[in-house]
Amino acid sequence: MAKLTLADLKQIRAQQKAAMNKRETDGKEIQLVIGMATCGIAAGARDTLKAFMAEIEAQNLNNVLVRQTGCMGFCANEPTVEVIMPGMPTVIYGRVDAAVAKKIVSSHILNKTLVNEHVFDRPAADNILKQEAV
Amino acid sequence: MAGYRNFVLVCGGTGCESSKSDVIYKNLLSAVETAGLAAEVQVVKTGCFGFCEKGPVVKVLPDESFYVEVKPEDAQEIVAEHLTKGREVKRLLYNKDGNKKNAKIDDINFYQKQVRIVLRNCGFIDPENINEYIARDGYAALEKVLFELKPEQVIEELKKSGLRGRGGAGFPTWRKWSFTKAVESSQKYVVCNADEGDPGAYMDRSTLEGDPHSVLEAMTIAGYTIGANQGYIYIRAEYPLAIQRLEIALKQAREMGLLGKNILDSKFDFDIELRLGAGAFVCGEETALLASIEGARGMPKPRPPFPAVKGLWGKPTVINNVETYANIPVIILKGGDWFGRIGTETSKGTKVFALTGKVNNSGLIEVPMGTTLREIIFDIGGGIIGGKKFKAAQSGGPSGGVIPEEFLDTPIDYENLARIGSIMGSGGLIVMDEDDCMVDVAKFYLEFTVDESCGKCSPCRIGGRQILELLGKITKGQASLHDIEKIKKIGHAMQRASLCALGGTAANPALSTLRYFEAEYLEHIKDKKCRAGKCKDLFTFSILSEKCIGCGLCARKCPVNAVVGEKGKPHTIKDGLCVKCGECFRACRFKAVVKK
Ligand SMILES: Cc1cc2nc3c(=O)[nH]c(=O)nc-3n(C[C@H](O)[C@H](O)[C@H](O)COP(=O)(O)O)c2cc1C
Repeated sequence: MAKLTLADLKQIRAQQKAAMNKRETDGKEIQLVIGMATCGIAAGARDTLKAFMAEIEAQNLNNVLVRQTGCMGFCANEPTVEVIMPGMPTVIYGRVDAAVAKKIVSSHILNKTLVNEHVFDRPAADNILKQEAV
Repeated sequence: MAGYRNFVLVCGGTGCESSKSDVIYKNLLSAVETAGLAAEVQVVKTGCFGFCEKGPVVKVLPDESFYVEVKPEDAQEIVAEHLTKGREVKRLLYNKDGNKKNAKIDDINFYQKQVRIVLRNCGFIDPENINEYIARDGYAALEKVLFELKPEQVIEELKKSGLRGRGGAGFPTWRKWSFTKAVESSQKYVVCNADEGDPGAYMDRSTLEGDPHSVLEAMTIAGYTIGANQGYIYIRAEYPLAIQRLEIALKQAREMGLLGKNILDSKFDFDIELRLGAGAFVCGEETALLASIEGARGMPKPRPPFPAVKGLWGKPTVINNVETYANIPVIILKGGDWFGRIGTETSKGTKVFALTGKVNNSGLIEVPMGTTLREIIFDIGGGIIGGKKFKAAQSGGPSGGVIPEEFLDTPIDYENLARIGSIMGSGGLIVMDEDDCMVDVAKFYLEFTVDESCGKCSPCRIGGRQILELLGKITKGQASLHDIEKIKKIGHAMQRASLCALGGTAANPALSTLRYFEAEYLEHIKDKKCRAGKCKDLFTFSILSEKCIGCGLCARKCPVNAVVGEKGKPHTIKDGLCVKCGECFRACRFKAVVKK
């Protein structure tokens, strides 16, 4: 490898920071939780997950945490994705394919507008509790 | 490229590696590969997480799932369940109080009171990948120093920070650098002391294993500040993993031009070489260390002259400890004022401790100066093993002393520890309970220093041996009260007359146990009793005939056939044969074997 100049070093740092940021959990306010149970995967959740990762990268968002979870219990509407962020109600979207994933990022996350046609549920408090107990 | 969605961090510290974390790492890699997830999931081997008690540890981010006591065969399940289906492998999760389904890292008591400056990257980055260090603001402090700061300004920042040497003595780092800078010389050196030889200590070794570049960066900053172009890291050959990671780090830094000629086009040259020590405690003493680098026998020299004036090959030399260096890039980037706000009036920043002994969560921890021993042992350490009673904590290794219960709430800093008869030392912290005999503890450390004394000066060579013999007499029940006075007298003479701090502090374990546990010494001498049941000449095992059912278990366990008796009838122990190993005592299910 060639010897670095100051500018090179700064550039490497900037690039690597973006990659490293994905490992970080502190200070990330927006959470995407993707259902990755067998039914979810069968319905394409793996591609959905990849699409989210790609879109987050493309939009250069560094405050979004993507987690996976097991079965959310809405098998008919898989893949399902829960979006939790400040200033928006917590929403579960159903039948999220790659295109819808892209829309969720641009509309829900960036413009704070619900993607209405795919809103599946706004979990009531007791629903959340039930899931915790599983 | 969408980048990775999950990160699997596997602890690659010496502790976890010895329980097969390297195999776990390989298994995870191949399982991820087989599952077709290699582009989505990154498996990283990091440095020590600190939670050694529960190792091997595997952490999955961003879920913050903290898997403990992982076995190589668990890798498959972690990949199939967690990384493929998003289901945590519950049986491997660290369970805080037995009912919480998932303890997130921040919820774990062990981590809550910790502040990680020195260990900022340990357990988070891959220490063998310089890019990960750079991503975490690595080499940004060097950048700032080379292009924005004058040497005086670096020293000013260190002065504001209040950073003091972490190798034991607590000497202000800015002063050491400023003395060395002030000496005119065409050749100067920067040395890192990574000898770390105290029993029970592994702070420096883990820092080098987990974040080697932080030390390389700081040494380069030191070189620029004092006007040196060559550095040496003196590390003992016993630490192969740390050496290996350092070698990789040096190679990567050289390839990128962060070491070598004209670093980042700044016209500043600096390089670092490793020197391996053969593992002698005295070689951690700075003048002996420098002699050892020069190829001479590692023996201390009188100071002055100090290394700052006449060090390596007679040239002005800055010598600092690993942990001292690891703080410096952060101080440069965040500012001396920031650092100075952490800690106590006289002791700033944090301290890394290797917490070991009779404590539930042994491991590597970093806490702000001024944290109390109670917080360290009971909150972070989770209390004493088996709910037994705390007796004392030993700090400062063979140069330190014991801290009894009455000082559990004393904020730990250099001054407070000295006041109560111990020292900060390099950070070994050994917890002792009611089963530890204080005379035996003192004897253990004196055995160590007598072994490790280089023999150059008589106070250390002869004094240490004399104290050890007296302690031996006490543990055998053959001492008189007069012997206690002798220990104190010899100890004080050693403190004043030894050539280096090895001899100067060697009596500390004896003097400090005498100071706080004199009653235990007196029991040994007058009553011929060891309340902890450690000193073999002061107790015997016997079998209570009314409780013994004659099952014969103890007789089968006894390695010297000292237990005799017919089956179904009470057994007895033949006194002359018993070696007091305690096997019978531990084996008996009827509390029939007693120790008196
Ligand atoms: C017997 C003896 C052993 C020592 N061992 C070490 C050691 O292993 N590591 C260390 O950093 N300092 C050790 N020291 C302290 C060094 O002499 C020296 O004070 C230290 O390296 C200075 O660095 P600092 O100012 O950053 O603490 C030892 C001192 C003595 C007397």
